Amino acid sequence: MIAGAALVVGIILGLVLRPTVPGWLEPYLPIAVVAALDAVFGGLRARLDGIFDAKVFVVSFISNVLVAALIVFLGDKLGVGGELSTAVVVVLGIRIFGNAAAIRRHFFRA
Amino acid sequence: MNDDDEKPTETPERPAPRRWLAGRHASSAVIGVLTLILGFGIAVQVRANSGSDALSGLREDDLIGILDNQDARAERLRQQIAEQQRNLAQLQSSGDRSAAARKQAAEEQTALGILLGTVAATGPGITATVTDPKSQLSGEDLLDVIEELRGAGAEAIQFGPVRISTDSAFSGGAGAPVTVDGTTLTAPYRVIAIGDPKTLDTALNIPGGVGSTVRTAGGALTVGEHKTVTISAIRALPKTKYTKPAR
Repeated sequence: MIAGAALVVGIILGLVLRPTVPGWLEPYLPIAVVAALDAVFGGLRARLDGIFDAKVFVVSFISNVLVAALIVFLGDKLGVGGELSTAVVVVLGIRIFGNAAAIRRHFFRA
Repeated sequence: MNDDDEKPTETPERPAPRRWLAGRHASSAVIGVLTLILGFGIAVQVRANSGSDALSGLREDDLIGILDNQDARAERLRQQIAEQQRNLAQLQSSGDRSAAARKQAAEEQTALGILLGTVAATGPGITATVTDPKSQLSGEDLLDVIEELRGAGAEAIQFGPVRISTDSAFSGGAGAPVTVDGTTLTAPYRVIAIGDPKTLDTALNIPGGVGSTVRTAGGALTVGEHKTVTISAIRALPKTKYTKPAR
């Protein structure tokens, strides 16, 4: 409940405050957002499975974001930033889909 | 993706100190902060991505690619401009050339029209009157008048109502009516010629020339010099039946 409320509050804050993304953050923000989404979906699934652990969630959230940012950073340095970003998004997207399927099964039994 | 049994977040569970995030409230707070940051990030990213400036969210490589494309496009357009300007210059110069050609053609048309008698002509010249009370003058004698005038440099000649040209012919005379190009003439014959008036006058009155022939026949030749005479008789444009211009 707290997580959902905080998510909504964060979105509203972002819309109200209208911050400009600093230049150095621009390549990483979308990837970081997708990685964090992956962690959130994973956490939601674990919660529904009854094995949710706050510590695991926090660690996975932060590490997901950091690793994704690191991969993009490394890709930019190697000159394959665009391709590596795509790869990260694809992998995370697949994981989100898997988690979403598990969550769906919990809700609809199908 | 079905029933994958891996742990949802793939993060290895390390044994961590239990005091870390021990309390229920503390863990809720951290989770709340993280999701708040996530929501904030989503909103910011969506806003940045949907901004009016579509280029601001692009990567350096993409920007370089776009810049290259724009450069290539600009170069192409510059080449097109140069080409069109060359075409324009070419068309203008050809327009000038065709204008010059038209001018020359018009001048030629005028000169040839005067020589062929297809246009009316005016200029300094003489009027001559040949009387022939005894009808003694032949077509040949009258042709001599034309020949003398031509010899003196007459550029356009009208004999009676007939414009004289390169193919004019006299016939008859000495009793019979004189005809020029099929037109019957009656004395007195009036001749108009354009050229240097003095020279033409002198040519007609040269001793032993046309003047004496006319007088021998009992007629008279009177010549008047004028600053301006007008020849209004014109001929039809002669058509060649067999001849074509050789190129």
